[in-house]
Amino acid sequence: MTAAPRAAAPASGTVLQIKGLVKEYAAGKPVLKGIDVAVPAEGITAIIGPSGTGKSTLIRCINRLVEPTSGSITLHGAELTGLRGRELRLARRRIGMVFQEYNLVERLTVMENVLSGRLGYVPLWRAWLRKYPEEDIQRAFMLLDAVGLPEHATRRADALSGGQRQRVGIARALMQRPEILLADEPTSSLDPRTAVEVLELLTRLTAAEGVPVIINIHNVDLAKRFARRIIGMSGGSVIFDGPPEELEQHHLRAIYGGEDWL
Amino acid sequence: MNSITHDPVAPLRREWQRHTPAQRISRWLVWLVCVAAVVWAIRSIDIIPEFLADAPEQMGDMLVRMWPPDLSHYYPEVHNALIETLHIATLGTVFCFVLAVPLALLAARNICTIRPLNALAQLGLVASRSVNSLVWALLFVAIFGPGAAAGVFAIAFRSVGFVGKLLAEALEEANPGPREALRAAGAPWGAEMLKGVWPQVQPAFWGIALFRWDINVRESAVLGLVGAGGIGLVLDDAINFFQWERVSTVLLAILVVVLLAEIVVNRIRTRLI
Repeated sequence: MTAAPRAAAPASGTVLQIKGLVKEYAAGKPVLKGIDVAVPAEGITAIIGPSGTGKSTLIRCINRLVEPTSGSITLHGAELTGLRGRELRLARRRIGMVFQEYNLVERLTVMENVLSGRLGYVPLWRAWLRKYPEEDIQRAFMLLDAVGLPEHATRRADALSGGQRQRVGIARALMQRPEILLADEPTSSLDPRTAVEVLELLTRLTAAEGVPVIINIHNVDLAKRFARRIIGMSGGSVIFDGPPEELEQHHLRAIYGGEDWL
Repeated sequence: MNSITHDPVAPLRREWQRHTPAQRISRWLVWLVCVAAVVWAIRSIDIIPEFLADAPEQMGDMLVRMWPPDLSHYYPEVHNALIETLHIATLGTVFCFVLAVPLALLAARNICTIRPLNALAQLGLVASRSVNSLVWALLFVAIFGPGAAAGVFAIAFRSVGFVGKLLAEALEEANPGPREALRAAGAPWGAEMLKGVWPQVQPAFWGIALFRWDINVRESAVLGLVGAGGIGLVLDDAINFFQWERVSTVLLAILVVVLLAEIVVNRIRTRLI
């Protein structure tokens, strides 16, 4: 377990606080126009919205894969924007991430992909010689059991199906023992049944480990089914923020525009 | 009523042409330049017709003198030179990687994001390639004196440009996704390279290494002509003393080694990829 002292959470039940977040890829053309979101300390928070509205940018600003232009993001009260070098790395290893295209290292085994979630913790020589601490190896086996791939540890990642790869991706992210998990369209490349299975797995495992999740998702039905909280974005702004029961047709029209599709 | 004689859509017909008139003219110009270049080249090399006319005769004469090859000459002189050639090729290839890997990392724009450094590394790679291995050999013979050491350095410096360029291209083609995932997990730069990039470029790396070794076996066979060790030295001696049956022995030995290298490299490469 991480023994690092954590700053006390500012508001009860809030793990991540985003305030006035702006991102401009080109000056004067903001993709995110001042986002204010408080992410609860448990359960799944789903971000929905049309393609190109900045959902992915928002999620990537949190772990600084994308550099925010202005605004504040705090994890357990500690500011994430402006961190550099080693401090940024230490912050990133507290934040797990699952990707749409899985982003596994294809030519490495499943086991090594899962263990690479520890690369922020283990010294380089251990990674080089594949001498990961015994504790990490046992946890990796445990997570592979949990995601239902116990017999695939020694297979190469490129031999797996899409659903299996995303399960490995989830195991890798949980390997970090993250305080929050970001999922960027984790099921968009999967068939409908596998998508539901992967989301069920993600919900179950993160609940068991007590990790809150922020998930970008295109499928509104899946968002309503799995999320405790839905954030609707359109044109770079948050226009709905509430529990799934409160998300109604007129909200969806406001988020996605038009009405023929409903 | 007059639907056959009168075509109602005629005014709507559009004509399709592959090239605009300007494109057509420029394509003709390119052809013209090509033909002019060939004609100019032929006129400038000053072929002496008499020499051209008796070339087949001369060639036949040389082949007769080369036959039969003096195989007794093979051991130990040619054999030892051949082994030295293989050593030059192998050591030169290994040494070239010591120089080429850092340069490739600097040249790959997704690895090193400092543009002036990219340009500098590219310049180094191009410089290495722009000098022929025989010229490199002449330079190193001047530095180290005649012998295999000069050959090793010549091979290494000539290979750096080739290996570095291909390696940099392989690095730039690597999928950024896995790297991003490792960075998101808080991995330091070294771990990102080791676990996110190296597995992706590994097949290309070994492929390039084998291919370059294969080329270097052939290149190091001629280095002896300028005194940089290896079988070229023996070949040069034999030619200078008009011992054509020995020349053919050396040429046969080179042919066999190059063939063997080709077979070995192909075997290993199919296993690797």
